[in-house]
Amino acid sequence: MPVVLMLLLTLPVAVALACLRVPAAVARTATAGCGAACFGLVLALVPAAAHGDVQYLRFLRVDAVSAVFLLATGFLYAAAAVYSIGYLSGRADQRYSRRFWVGLNLFAWAMLAAPMMSNLALLWVAIEVTTVVSALLVAIEDTDGAAEAAWKYVLLASTGLGLALLATIFAYYAGAHVLGQSYDLGFAQLIAVAGRLPHAAVQLSFVLAVVGFGTKMGLVPVHTWLPDAHSEAPTPVSALLSGSLLAISFYAILRFYQVAEAALGPRFPRNVLLVFGVASLLLAALYLFGQRDIKRLLAYSSVEHMGIMAIGVSFGAPAALAGVLLHVLAHAAAKGNAFMGAGVLVRKFGTNRIADLRGGLDLLPWSGPLFLLAIFALGAMPPFGLFRSEFEIVAGGLGQGSDVAAAILIVGVTVAFFGLAAATTRVLMRPPRRAVPAVELELVPAGAGPGGLAGSAPAGPAVARGEPSGWMVVPVVAGALVLLLLGVHPPAELNELFDRAVRLLSGAGS
Amino acid sequence: MTASVLAANVAATVAAPSALSGGDNVIAVGVLLAEFGMFRQALLRDQVRLYAAQSLLISVLAVVVAASRNLPDLYALAGLSFALKVVIVPVVLRRLLRGRSGGDPRWSDIAGSGALGLASTVLVAIVVAAFGFFTVAKLGIRSPVLPVTALSVSMAVVLVAFVLMIVRRDVISQAIGFLSLENGISLTALVVAAGLPLILEVAFLFDLLVVVVVFGLLIRVHHGRTDSMSTADLTGLRG
Repeated sequence: MPVVLMLLLTLPVAVALACLRVPAAVARTATAGCGAACFGLVLALVPAAAHGDVQYLRFLRVDAVSAVFLLATGFLYAAAAVYSIGYLSGRADQRYSRRFWVGLNLFAWAMLAAPMMSNLALLWVAIEVTTVVSALLVAIEDTDGAAEAAWKYVLLASTGLGLALLATIFAYYAGAHVLGQSYDLGFAQLIAVAGRLPHAAVQLSFVLAVVGFGTKMGLVPVHTWLPDAHSEAPTPVSALLSGSLLAISFYAILRFYQVAEAALGPRFPRNVLLVFGVASLLLAALYLFGQRDIKRLLAYSSVEHMGIMAIGVSFGAPAALAGVLLHVLAHAAAKGNAFMGAGVLVRKFGTNRIADLRGGLDLLPWSGPLFLLAIFALGAMPPFGLFRSEFEIVAGGLGQGSDVAAAILIVGVTVAFFGLAAATTRVLMRPPRRAVPAVELELVPAGAGPGGLAGSAPAGPAVARGEPSGWMVVPVVAGALVLLLLGVHPPAELNELFDRAVRLLSGAGS
Repeated sequence: MTASVLAANVAATVAAPSALSGGDNVIAVGVLLAEFGMFRQALLRDQVRLYAAQSLLISVLAVVVAASRNLPDLYALAGLSFALKVVIVPVVLRRLLRGRSGGDPRWSDIAGSGALGLASTVLVAIVVAAFGFFTVAKLGIRSPVLPVTALSVSMAVVLVAFVLMIVRRDVISQAIGFLSLENGISLTALVVAAGLPLILEVAFLFDLLVVVVVFGLLIRVHHGRTDSMSTADLTGLRG
């Protein structure tokens, strides 16, 4: 197993370095291969993590909780890498592609590294690296909007992480009281001695961590960078940002939660998370109405789902915690699918504006229905994974006696679904305007060349029915299958993993 | 100035300080004063220099702590932090920010980017600093190596750095605001986490270097698109 950890830690960075040199055609194959390999490695790690902690070299440690987040990241890395092949096709700019492939691999590398770190300090370092790499990826599109979004993102996220660093330092201070000055902030050690930690320092540390990492996770009111960055980034990066990066920040909060819960008892940390979770859910659900940009719409949906996860943890019941972990995986698949589907629409019509996107279901024989399914999944419709996870969260909350919060959760999720569905039906169901295809052909000549699955598209220039690229469909199909699997029948290994993770999260002692 | 007098008074009343802890507090307050100075710098170069000076004070404080408390690791940390924050970061920033438009005065001029007048800004900052100063003192966090007043001052530095980032509407001051926020955190770390293993400190510092490079690159992108350092026009994305 240590081999797997070392490979996960070195493979993406090696491919990133290689991408600096090799031509784009090699880079894209290498990246897709690396993504698939990393997902395979993470899968290989799951059975081991379900039965015990995998530790290596003092600073690498994978337990059941980190394995869940590794799974989400590994899957999205593979999906985004394959999708990017289609996304970049028709772009002649070599410099752009090279930067893109290097950045994508480094970004995935940092996100895979974060959950493998055994101590809070290196976890913070890894998350800060994800920030700077992804900020450069947001800025890669050479537009005013991208420059603005990247600046706001790097400034706000780094400042938030500054607070998270303070949280880390106070956690060290708390631990040093018991463990002596020279321990290295390993959270297993901290949790083991949590009962004897000074309360004020742990409280301060936890609140700073929630605000600090919460900035990156997109909790209201510190979410303001998120819609900008998600809408201006290249689509594969948006998918990774939303499905994986936010989850990794949530992972960091979970680690602080473990320490705080063991040191202070459940009440204080759960209340903090509940406040942020409810604010995120309700505000984001309302923001979903009246969005004019399809990627901003999905970004607000991410804020909403982060709110659901925070509320789920605040319930604290084992069922709710299992639901939250399943939610992490299902949200990664569903939001990845939604962004990738939206990316095809954007490519097809040459605009992000919802008002100008119409007839998606007619014009895109694969991506249209798949996008619809992704939106249904995000709205927690059965039989997809998010239905199961939100059901477990609500059931856990009701079983725990948190009736009001569970009711708020149900109302918020329903409102959010209406907001998403209203925009989506406009995009997909309105009949395509007659004038649109001609204009579209002028605007994006590159997007009009049908390829891959669009072999049956008519040669005539008027109605460009067909997919822009088959590479942009394959990962979405895979994501939909994963969502179905998670919803209908999660594999036994996964359930074992969740069981162990829930035991870890609901208190080391109890 | 008020803040420093205030800090000195409180330092005197909380505990009768020895000569050494008095010196520690003076350095900590110096860091806070440098933070206040950043409100009015008009030139990019001066803003970066002030940051270097503030970082120098922190390195000096690390040496003082290392000498007086016999923590040899802190000498290494002080040396690294000096090399990085006083020498490399300012050089990298200036390299990245020169380069493109040689003698353009707009390039270096960031005067008048404050959203509030200087006097109001300083008043707000004093209120915020006092808030941080007194609330942290209430938490009952005790440090084995430095007087707890230094912790209060460091919180004040962090909060004033936020004020700086909020009121100044130019990318340089915002970036320096973030870096000085990090200085405030370093000060906090000296007070409550002086024993933090050196390897982790090195990781933090290396990370800071990466952040500085990325900030520099994005500032270049920003300048390339808007031909100014102002963030007043960054209003395209809303809703």
